[in-house]
Amino acid sequence: MSAGEAVAVAVHRTPLDDWHRAHGARMVPFAGWEMPLHYGSQLAEHEAVRNGAGFFDVSHMRPLDISGPDARTLLRYALANDVARLDGQNGKALYSTLLNAQGGILDDLIVYARGDAGYRVVLNAGTAQADTAHFRNLVVAHGWQVDLRERPELAMLAVQGPRARALAAEALDLPLLNALPSFTAMEGHALGGVFVARTGYTGEDGVEVILAAEQAPILAERLRDRGAVPCGLGARDSLRLEAGLNLNGQDMSPAVTPWESNLGWTVDLRGERDFLGRGALEAQRAAGVRRTLVGLVLDEGIPRHGYAVEDANGRRCGEITSGIFSPSLRRGIALARVTDAPHAGGRLWVSVRGVRQPALVVKPPFWRAGHAHFSPSKEKSS
Amino acid sequence: MSTVPENLRYTETHEWVENIGGGRYRVGITEHAQELLGDLVFVELPAVGGQIRVGNPCGVLESVKAAADLYAPISGTVEEVNEALGENPQWLNEDPHGRGWIMVINADAGAWDGLLDAAAYARIAGV
Repeated sequence: MSAGEAVAVAVHRTPLDDWHRAHGARMVPFAGWEMPLHYGSQLAEHEAVRNGAGFFDVSHMRPLDISGPDARTLLRYALANDVARLDGQNGKALYSTLLNAQGGILDDLIVYARGDAGYRVVLNAGTAQADTAHFRNLVVAHGWQVDLRERPELAMLAVQGPRARALAAEALDLPLLNALPSFTAMEGHALGGVFVARTGYTGEDGVEVILAAEQAPILAERLRDRGAVPCGLGARDSLRLEAGLNLNGQDMSPAVTPWESNLGWTVDLRGERDFLGRGALEAQRAAGVRRTLVGLVLDEGIPRHGYAVEDANGRRCGEITSGIFSPSLRRGIALARVTDAPHAGGRLWVSVRGVRQPALVVKPPFWRAGHAHFSPSKEKSS
Repeated sequence: MSTVPENLRYTETHEWVENIGGGRYRVGITEHAQELLGDLVFVELPAVGGQIRVGNPCGVLESVKAAADLYAPISGTVEEVNEALGENPQWLNEDPHGRGWIMVINADAGAWDGLLDAAAYARIAGV
C-alpha cells in the first residue's frame, strides 16, 4: 500500500468533543472514537478519583434498550449471569459476560432492569455493533418478539470517587442519589431526563449518568464547578486495573472463557437454564481449568502488556495482559494469564526488558476502599 | 503548543542536545516527547563512563502507561547523569529542558552537526 491510500476509518466524536478540547484534553483514538487521554496529568486525575471526585466522558459506551414480550427470555439465553436475579427489582443492575457457543467472551456488560420498559444494557465501544448484531441474530433464530433499540442520541458520564455521589446529587438536583443502593439505577428530571446508576469502573463509589447528548456539556460544567476533576482514559485504565477490573479485548477475548478470566462469578449455573456457552463451560470445568487470570505485584520493574511470565524454573507459563505502574501502590501491578499458577501468596517471575523480576501472586483487586488489598504474606510462602 | 528552543538541536526520536562547550553535550527529551509519554514514573539512566552509540537505546523512560527507550542522540562517553531523576521523574514532565535534563555526553567537536535544528524538528514533530 502506497502513501495516500490510507484506509478510511470512521472516527466517532462524543457530544463532549468540543468541551474536551476547550479544557486542554490530549485526544487519542480508542475503539473507533476520539477520546481524551488526559487533561494535563494522568496521575493528578487518578489521585482526584481516589481522594475526591473525578468525571469521565464514557459516551463511547453504548446503551441498548431491550424490550418486548421475550426480552427476558433473550437475556436469560444470551448472558452467562441470570437476569432472573433482577425480577421484580426495578432499577437493579447485574454484571455479566456475553459468551459465544464455545464459552468465549464476546463482551462484558451491565444490564439494568427497567420494569415494564424492559432492560437497558451498556456495551463496550469496540464491540457494541457486533453485540447488537449477535442479539438480533438470536432473536431472529428463535422467533422471539424483542425490540432492540440503539440509543445514539444519548451520552454517558461517569462520576467517580468518595465525593462523587454527593457532587452528582447536587449537579443533577437529585438528593435521592445519596440514598441510592449500590448497583442500582434511578431516573431524574434534571437536564431533560437522566438515568443514573450507582456503578463504575474505578473501584470507588460513584455513579454513571446517561442523558441526552446535548445536555452532556452542561452536566460537565456543573460537575467541574463543584470541584470534580475531568479525567481521561489514562486514569480510567490505572484506576480500573488497581481495582482488579478486566478490560475487554485486552484481559479477555473470544479466545478465553470466564473461568480463565477471573470471571467465574458471572456464570450462573444454578438450575437448568440453557444459556449460550453453558455446555462448553461445564465441559471445561469438568476437564479442569489450568489457565487462569491472576494478579501480580512487583517490587522492581513495571510489567507491560505482552511481557512473558515465568515459573520458578524459568519456564514460560503465561503473559501479562494488562500492566502498569500503580499510582496508589507506587509499584508495578499486572493481570496475567498463566497456566498452573501458584495460589495467592506464591511467586512468579516477569521478564521486564530482559531482567527476571520476582512477582507476588495475588487475587485482584489490588486496591480497595483507600488501601492496598493484598498482603505480602512472606511468612506463608517461606 | 510545545516550545522548541532555538539554541538546541534535536533527533527524530525526540531527544534534545545542548552544546555546553568543551566537547560536552547535555541531553534530554523534548517537551513534545513528555507530552506523548504522559506522567513519567521511572527512569533508567545509562552508566557514567559508559560508551554510547548514536541511535542505540541507552536508557528507559516509563510513564504510568508506557515504556519508551531513550536513544543516544550522538556517540560518546557518558560523563554525567541526572541522578535526581530517580527520585523525581516528574521533572521530565515539569521542566524537560531544565531540571529534567538526563545526561552529559563527552564527544568530538562537531558531533551534533547531523542533528535537526529547531525548525526542522518542529516540522517533523508537528508542533
